[in-house]
Amino acid sequence: MVKERTTLSDKKIRVLVAKPGLDGHDRGAKVVARALRDAGMEVIYTGLRQTPEMIAEAALQEDVDVVGLSILSGAHMALAPRIMDLLKANGQTNVKVFIGGIVPDEDIPRLMEMGITGIYGPGASTEDIVKDIKNAVK
Amino acid sequence: MTLVNAVLDGDRLALARVLTQVENDTTDGRAALDSLFPHTGKAHLIGITGAPGTGKSSLVNQLALYFRKSNKRVAIVAVDPSSPFTGGAVLGDRVRMKDLSGDSGVFIRSMASRGSIGGLAQATANVVQVFDAAGYDIIMIETVGAGQSEVDIAKLAHTTLVVEAPGLGDDIQAIKAGILEIADIIVVNKADRPGIENTEKALKSMLELAHPTQRVFIHHGAPHQLPPFSAKMGGEKEGGESENNVWIPPLQRTIATEGKGIDELAQHIAKHGDYLRISGDWAVRERARLESEVDAALQSALMNRFRQRVSEDQLDKVMNQVFERSLSPSEAVNVLMNGSSK
Repeated sequence: MVKERTTLSDKKIRVLVAKPGLDGHDRGAKVVARALRDAGMEVIYTGLRQTPEMIAEAALQEDVDVVGLSILSGAHMALAPRIMDLLKANGQTNVKVFIGGIVPDEDIPRLMEMGITGIYGPGASTEDIVKDIKNAVK
Repeated sequence: MTLVNAVLDGDRLALARVLTQVENDTTDGRAALDSLFPHTGKAHLIGITGAPGTGKSSLVNQLALYFRKSNKRVAIVAVDPSSPFTGGAVLGDRVRMKDLSGDSGVFIRSMASRGSIGGLAQATANVVQVFDAAGYDIIMIETVGAGQSEVDIAKLAHTTLVVEAPGLGDDIQAIKAGILEIADIIVVNKADRPGIENTEKALKSMLELAHPTQRVFIHHGAPHQLPPFSAKMGGEKEGGESENNVWIPPLQRTIATEGKGIDELAQHIAKHGDYLRISGDWAVRERARLESEVDAALQSALMNRFRQRVSEDQLDKVMNQVFERSLSPSEAVNVLMNGSSK
C-alpha cells in the first residue's frame, strides 16, 4: 500500500538543465531531464542556445541546487569557466555544476579543478547521474 | 540584514531564497510571509490559463515585453505539473520566455504543482505575495495546462485570461461550466491557424448567451454581493466595456509568436484593472482571496493539530476498520475526533 503522507515541506532537488552555446543537439539534455524527473527531482529546462549570462540568471531566479550543462560543441573550456564565475558573482557558491556531452579526457582534470562536480560522456548511465546528484546536494 | 529586509531592498538572490522557503512551507518561510504581508496588496495579479499548447507561455513572454516598455516591474510565476508517481517535474515554461533574459526588471519563477489539482501549486498564492511585497507591479501567474475545472486561478488573480486556440472544441465545449466562466478576457491565440473563424464564432455566441454573472467566487456557499456601481464606463456595449455594472469579457485575437494583438490585449487588461477599481470589485475580490487564504491556513493548522493529537497507530486502526467496511468514512472521522462513531 502506498502511504501518501508527503507534505509540502518535503525538500525537492531543483535542477536547471541548460544548453549553452550554439549546437542544436538537445536529445541528451531531454533524456537527462526526463530521468531526473523520474527520480523525483524538479527540472527546469531552458531550451537551446543559452548564453552563460542567461543560465546564471535562470539559476538565480529558480534558486536551484544543481546546474546541468549539455555541451556538444567543444566549447566547454570557454563556457564552463564563465558560468562558474557568474554563479560565484551572484553568490550561488552552493550550486553544484555537472556537464554532459563531448568532453575530451585531457580537459576533465582542468574542469574538475574549476569546481565542476561531475562530467558525463556518451554512454553514461542516467542512474549514475541521479545517484551522483543526490550525493552532491546532501 | 535579514533575508526579508534584503527582499524589500531589491536583492534578487534573497528573493529567490525566500521564494524557496515559502514554496517548501518551512518555518523560516512562514515567518518571512508574516513580515512581508504588510507590504503586499499593490500589484496587479494577472492569471493566464487554458489548455496545454494554446500558447500561454508565449503570451506571457509578449505581455511582459509590453509591460516593460512602460517600465513596470514584472514577475512571472509559471506552474507546470508534478508527476503523480515520482513527484518529479519538468518545468519548461522558460523555454518560451528567452526574450526576457537579461532584464533585471523581470523575475521568472517556475513552480511544480506538487500534487495540487486546481491548476496551481498549494504555495502559489504565497509565492505571489512575496513578489507583491518585493515591489513587482505586475505579477503574471501561468497555470498548468488546464482542462475544464482548474479554476483556482480566478480566486487568486484580479484579471484572468483564458487562452483558447483554433481546433480545440465545438460550441458545446463553449457553453459548459468551468474554465470559460472564469475568463475576464478571452484570448484566441494562434489566430493565423485555420478554423479561427469557427472558434471565434463559438466563443462569441457563448458570450452572447451568457447572462453576465457576478464573477466573484462563491464563498461558504453565498455569492459576494457587488456594491452598487454608478461610475460611467463609456457607452459602447462591445466586450471590454461594462453594461450596467457588469464586466463583459472581451475576446481578443493574438498571434503570440509574432507579437500580434498584444497591445490590444494589454489595453483590455488595463481597462479591466480600471473597471475593478471603479466598480469596487477589486476590494471585493481581494477580500474573497484573503478569506480563502485564511481558510487554507486554518485548514492546514487544524490538520496539523489533529495529527499531533491522534497517533499513527490510532489512525491505522481506524483505517483498517474502514477497509473492512465496519466503519464508514464519516463514522471513522467521528471516532477520531470524538472517540465514538456516533
